[in-house]
Amino acid sequence: MKRELVCVSCPLGCPLSVELGENGDVLSVTGNTCPRGKKYAEDECTNPVRMLTSTVKVNGGKLPVVPVKTSAPIPKGKMFDCMKVINNEVVDAPIKIGDVIICNICDTGVDIIATNEV
Amino acid sequence: MQYDVAVIGAGVCGAMITRELSKLDLNLVMLEKCNDIAMGTSKANSAIVHAGFDAENGSLKAKLNVQGASLMAYYCNKLSVPYKNIGSLVVAYSWDDMQTLETLFERGFNNGVPNMEIISQEQLREMEPYISEEAIGALWAPTAGVVSPYELAIAATENAIMNGARVKRNSGVFDIEYKNDMFFLSTASGVIKAKYVINCAGVFADQIAKMIGDESFKIIPRKGEYYLLDKTEKKMVNHVLFHCPSAMGKGILITPTAHGNVLMGPTAIDLDFDSKLDVDTTIEGLDKVKSDVRNVIPQLTTRNAITSFAGLRAHIAGDNSDFIIAQSKANERFVNVAGIESPGLTAAPAIARYVGEIFRKMAPEYQKKEQFISRRPAPIRVNELSKEEREELIKKDSRYGKIICRCEGITEGEIIDAIKAPCGARDVDGVKRRTRAGMGRCQGGFCGSKVVEILSRELDIPMNQVTKFGNRSKIVFNKTK
Amino acid sequence: MLKYDLAVIGGGPAGMAAALKARECGVAKIIILERAETLGGILEQCIHTGFGLHYFGEELSGPEYAHRFIEQVEKTDIDVKVDTMVIDILPGNVVVATNNTDGLLEINATAIILAMGCRERPRGALDIPGSRASGIMTAGTAQKYVNIDGYMPGKKIVILGSGDIGLIMARRMTLEGAKVEMVCELMPYSGGLTRNIVQCLDDLGIPLKLSCTVIKTHGIERLEGVTIANVDEHRKPIPGTEQFVECDTLLLSVGLIPENELTRMAGIIIDPVTNGAIVDEYRQTSRPGVFACGNVLQVHDLVDYVTQESQIAGEGAAKYIQSKSKSRSRSGKCIHVKAQNGVRYVVPQNINCTTDGDVKIYFRVTDIFKNAKIVVTAGDKVLYSKKKKKLAPGEMESVPIKLEDIKKIDKQDIIVRVEA
Repeated sequence: MKRELVCVSCPLGCPLSVELGENGDVLSVTGNTCPRGKKYAEDECTNPVRMLTSTVKVNGGKLPVVPVKTSAPIPKGKMFDCMKVINNEVVDAPIKIGDVIICNICDTGVDIIATNEV
Repeated sequence: MQYDVAVIGAGVCGAMITRELSKLDLNLVMLEKCNDIAMGTSKANSAIVHAGFDAENGSLKAKLNVQGASLMAYYCNKLSVPYKNIGSLVVAYSWDDMQTLETLFERGFNNGVPNMEIISQEQLREMEPYISEEAIGALWAPTAGVVSPYELAIAATENAIMNGARVKRNSGVFDIEYKNDMFFLSTASGVIKAKYVINCAGVFADQIAKMIGDESFKIIPRKGEYYLLDKTEKKMVNHVLFHCPSAMGKGILITPTAHGNVLMGPTAIDLDFDSKLDVDTTIEGLDKVKSDVRNVIPQLTTRNAITSFAGLRAHIAGDNSDFIIAQSKANERFVNVAGIESPGLTAAPAIARYVGEIFRKMAPEYQKKEQFISRRPAPIRVNELSKEEREELIKKDSRYGKIICRCEGITEGEIIDAIKAPCGARDVDGVKRRTRAGMGRCQGGFCGSKVVEILSRELDIPMNQVTKFGNRSKIVFNKTK
Repeated sequence: MLKYDLAVIGGGPAGMAAALKARECGVAKIIILERAETLGGILEQCIHTGFGLHYFGEELSGPEYAHRFIEQVEKTDIDVKVDTMVIDILPGNVVVATNNTDGLLEINATAIILAMGCRERPRGALDIPGSRASGIMTAGTAQKYVNIDGYMPGKKIVILGSGDIGLIMARRMTLEGAKVEMVCELMPYSGGLTRNIVQCLDDLGIPLKLSCTVIKTHGIERLEGVTIANVDEHRKPIPGTEQFVECDTLLLSVGLIPENELTRMAGIIIDPVTNGAIVDEYRQTSRPGVFACGNVLQVHDLVDYVTQESQIAGEGAAKYIQSKSKSRSRSGKCIHVKAQNGVRYVVPQNINCTTDGDVKIYFRVTDIFKNAKIVVTAGDKVLYSKKKKKLAPGEMESVPIKLEDIKKIDKQDIIVRVEA
């Protein structure tokens, strides 16, 4: 099976062609100009991850919501599951940057942390 | 609720007439179908005070135009409305055009327009340095000017309220019944009873008249499209510039506005009778404005356009081109003020007086009030104050120190004043028309959400009930969390 | 009248970096004037990550990036006035500002740094015909509603313009439960970063329609839909390609304009291409002692570059303040830097002959170039030449010019161009 990707490692945006084996393992990467492109293609085909940012409802703050992010990238497929958990969370002010808002979200081993003060 | 008089429509005519009638000792209400004053033709027109050489000699239009032009300065002063007596030029490009100027001069002279003059190419270029080299002369009319039309309507309404008039917004009239010498007006906010009705419903005046069985006229919405340019362009034009009317039509005008922007337009396209809400701009219309402008001031482009918009003029179908301002033949307690297209804005002060006379003849039972407050105090305009005045004001109320609209320099205090005023702003556009917040070059990009917040706080409604201009024009939906 | 060595107008990333650098260079009395309630500028509402990769070597969100500078400012004795709007710059470098505690403030400053940032191009400047319904707003306005006020500006969305803010908002709105129908881009290529196209659109299955624009808005009260059409090579709509798309919201991400109203009021010369001031290598404008940096000078793609540029301005202002009696600035001759073939603009536009170090010239290209050469010359001499695999208008480029080369230049202009 073949997969076409655009490398996001740098502004060049190389078109990558990835040959995948039967169980999803990467057989070959072509189209990349540098090793970073190969690495990107391998990661993207085996375990694509993304940073997730959103807001969480705050009680008693000057602002109604506080911005949050994942402490590390999470599996791409879990973004909407994580959003459901984030949407149901409510925290009380005051909040500082770096405060853990949700621990180990959706069993990803990643925390949701505040990225601003409220 | 029972009133002596109901005025239908809160455009500039409705508002000025309501103010005029508030001089009398009677129960008065003005009904408006929209969420604010001046939401129809009065908010989207050329904002011109015409000298009065266009209308046919002997017409009501000619009489009220010339009177209105001479009254405008007085009314704008009394009501604290931006007005500039900058004069107008009808620009000629050909020998034929020069002949037309003579005709206009003569018509104007007969209409009583004072101090007109036909000027030479050199004089024209001195007055308008950026004018096309093709321009060979012009008709100069010093009594013409520019006014802020919606501010005139808002100020007149506020002044009428000061004198006891009531204003009901979101109260469109959908049915009228007349029995026992009383009109029963079915409105979106309930039934209103009134002994007399003044129909100032603009493009809908024919529909209102029909409700009492008066089908003597029909109104065609005539669309005009405009561009409004940044104040950076104001050096390009100093007077109201009209294109000489020709076989090709009247052409567009270019003018500074009362606030120092440049306005250009309008086109003239007749719509269907049932398209009275269609104020969409069109590619064809906007292109026409752009190309016509090039003929007048070649260097003027829309590169610094702040916005484009369209308005509808209430044009009477058929051969009659005059204003209809008279008691209805179907019911003599019902006065039509209809077909008030250009120069309706100019004429508005004179129309108000004229309707006042009709009313006093029709209903002599009402006496003049002992105390009529003729002056509407000027709203605070922070950036027009001296340094000392401004400091003093901020010391008294710190909200005049907090600038919300960066482009126009409008403070939180001014926005709150606009909301708290009699018949104050209830939506974002209402704040914009009263204060100019959001009227600048960023078009509310920065201050829009702040204005929504202030409206939400001052009107005590959640942010998602704040609208752009009433009804379903809300700005935001549900909370994210 | 208050007296300061340096007044910085704007407390976003540019203003803070410039003020901190000036302090580091020994400037004693500094004030930052910020119109919003807090320092941080537009970063406060940019809650996505991707900031700081160059400057801090880590991936931060906007508020986090801003906070690193806010903390540093708080540790110094730099005065900060928030909720304070500068309304004029008078002759003699007097800054006039207003707020609700001081009323009108007059600040006499030896040097001024302009760091007011930029604003989004609004609908009026676009000429989209149609209705005046609500639901048409810039992507940044929508970003503020969602990220700061906590309200959804719409449910069914079309985005016009594939600039980064538009792409970021496509993802934000989708994650918050809205349906983003499509992103339309007038040009045949996107102005946004590849990473954003992949992660904000492709990941979520949002189509990017290139050479496509909105030609009409529908709906009398709230927006009910838009008509889109493909455009030809002259960016004119192609008849027959019109398509109605139902939506309640149209977000505009169609360019940024430096906020130079004050700059113009101060009589400073503006570059018609960048829409920012014309500056020298220390970002000094045509008015001695007035510097400009960040998005008010030229629109940047990355905040990291804003920080770098602002540090140059901060250092320049410090040098100006310290050597004011020696009148360093305009006494010497200037070398002009000019953009040619394939280069849209350069910053700085001038280099003082008396400059004291290497100078980096920043520029943007006019079009997408592949395997093209960037060439910098002065007269017959080639100062710099480098082949690049790809050049795009969306990516700011820079070339270093060595001090020794500058010293050798006599009267000629420095020319930056692209050779295909």
